[in-house]
Amino acid sequence: MTQTYSRLRAGLGALAHKPYIWGVLGIVALLIVNVTRDPGYLQISVNPANGYLAGNLLDILRESAPIVMISVGMCLVVATSGIDLSVGSVMAVSGAVAMEFLQAASAPQSTMSAAMALLLALTVSSLLGLVNGVLVAYVRLQPFITTLITMLAGRGLAKVITGGQNTSASSDGLAWIANGRVLGFPVVVIIAIALALLIGYLVRRSALGMMIEAIGINETASRMAGIKPHGLLITVYLLSGLLAGVAGVFSTATVMTVDVSNTGYLLELDAILAVVIGGTALSGGKFSLGGAVVGALLITTLDKTVVFLGVPSAATPAFKAVVIIVICLAQSSRVRALFRDRRGPVRMKERVA
Amino acid sequence: MSTTTQQPQRRLLTSLADTIRSFVSGSRLLRLNAAAMPTAAALLIFVVLVTFGQVQYGGIVELGTISSLFINNAYLIILAVGMTFVILTGGIDLSVGSVVALSSVAGVMLANAGVNPWIAVLVMIAIGTVMGLLAGVLVDRFDVQPFIATLATMFLARGLASMLSTTPERLEADSAILGIATRLTIYDGPGVNDLVVPPSVIIAILTVVVAYVVLHRTRTGRTAYALGASEQSARLMGLPVARTRVLVYVISGSLAGLAAVTYTARLGSAQNVTGIGWELNAIAAVVIGGTLLTGGAGYVLGSLIGALVIALMNLLIIRDGSIPPESTTIITGGMLLVFVLLQRLVIARRRKG
Repeated sequence: MTQTYSRLRAGLGALAHKPYIWGVLGIVALLIVNVTRDPGYLQISVNPANGYLAGNLLDILRESAPIVMISVGMCLVVATSGIDLSVGSVMAVSGAVAMEFLQAASAPQSTMSAAMALLLALTVSSLLGLVNGVLVAYVRLQPFITTLITMLAGRGLAKVITGGQNTSASSDGLAWIANGRVLGFPVVVIIAIALALLIGYLVRRSALGMMIEAIGINETASRMAGIKPHGLLITVYLLSGLLAGVAGVFSTATVMTVDVSNTGYLLELDAILAVVIGGTALSGGKFSLGGAVVGALLITTLDKTVVFLGVPSAATPAFKAVVIIVICLAQSSRVRALFRDRRGPVRMKERVA
Repeated sequence: MSTTTQQPQRRLLTSLADTIRSFVSGSRLLRLNAAAMPTAAALLIFVVLVTFGQVQYGGIVELGTISSLFINNAYLIILAVGMTFVILTGGIDLSVGSVVALSSVAGVMLANAGVNPWIAVLVMIAIGTVMGLLAGVLVDRFDVQPFIATLATMFLARGLASMLSTTPERLEADSAILGIATRLTIYDGPGVNDLVVPPSVIIAILTVVVAYVVLHRTRTGRTAYALGASEQSARLMGLPVARTRVLVYVISGSLAGLAAVTYTARLGSAQNVTGIGWELNAIAAVVIGGTLLTGGAGYVLGSLIGALVIALMNLLIIRDGSIPPESTTIITGGMLLVFVLLQRLVIARRRKG
């Protein structure tokens, strides 16, 4: 009995030291707010007609899938002390490409067309990511200005692709990805989790993650240590573009319409926010993919809660801005010094990075 | 703001004459100062665009067209001036478009609620000041990266504007604010070919002149340049680094408020989605005008030319009719990219030489 208790305590202690503990606590707090409004908020029911699981929690998971995707990409970019502001626009481009292709396809309902649309959308978004990567790695442009250009030009590109229209199409394949279920569980969630796990496995079970962090700490030093930053930087931006493409397909295929001005609009902040909530500092050099996923879940929960409490959804950016300001304040050395002085000895480790 | 005033007017005149002379003798300028190359290039592009437009479509070098170019882009000139201050110190202000939206929506709602229109105008500018102050304090006191701090204020302003209203707010037809856009005919040419100068254009030109004096003839201006060139040196020289860094964001925010006044007066209405992507236009105007994105070198008169280049380009796209208007942001983004690359080239050459 005491052993179980001490093990539980040790487990909780380890969790408390995880960078994303605040994210987890935030989700719990928001869910508690919702439960006080509606005691049945957390209920999960099984639809007897088709065996689908249904409930607010599943809605949150489903809606978080695109944000999880862009947050994972953003997390790796931020780890190199870069930033990718273009993810929202790349989502729109990806959706526009998929919808335009399907609308023009001769047999839009076939699996082949769906696969082709997916492939085309992901290729175009990877290309946009590649452009970012080349400009950052070889031309040495500042990441935020590079991706600011692709962010605004990307939105224009999406509009040019659809001719300014909000193109609709129909495809059973893509609709299944967005709305389908496997064993009652949403397909988007499964894909998102699988991709996040795969990337996490790749970067953490190899030296890739450490090399990415090394670039973020000091690029020159990393090069002297034998790391080739150019290739890694390009890979990271390309991956971010690719994942944004996946996110774009997710969010357009739900309604099978691309809204060129609203698909992915302002989502770059969501991704940055998710990454920061997850304990990845914007100065780079350290990252936590798990934290980014927790952050993405927190943001979706926040979105849902704000709407649930009856605030117009257009106003949610203001709440997110407040959250990000608070987090940036908490990360700043001035505020930290304030707390450190009260807590005693200075921890030397912190400023090394 | 302390001026080194012995003979301010004469100094201003000679320096203006210097600038004009150096603009005229472009080749000598290049030899003297490699950093002036982008400004010279901007001037060249402007002349080429005017010539091309006149030859291809006609009616560009006409009083009526020139008047409307200034009338329709007074807001952009004002935004570009504010952005120049921030970029000179090595920062960036991504919030200007959203601040215009918040400030104009709030202003129109106040005026319609029966508040004295001039107080409403002051409130509009003050809203910009407050948002700028917030960003400045975040950047300076809490070491938040400029683009993150202003991204946060960008979303905050957009969210607050959406909280106020999500539908177009129309000024009452007899509102005194509309007077700011009254078209005063200075010279009555044949047909519609009049030289028209509304107060809004006078405000924009005055902003440029005041900014020129502040940047080139006051300690504050010199400190801004020094801060952008090397923060450490500026600090060692005992310059008021902290105060100046907060001040540039306050200036940029306040000018965004002023831009909102002129824009709202011209349009007669305001909406929460106003100003999406304007930060790109303002940044592009500044960068095309020859201000280094890394700070420390640039000209506010160049930003005026940059703003006019963008304005003229948009005009030519409309005149042409075959280029889809959606692609404007792609072209602006492309131009910004080219000029940033040009700057890198100039810097690289200067380091070698």
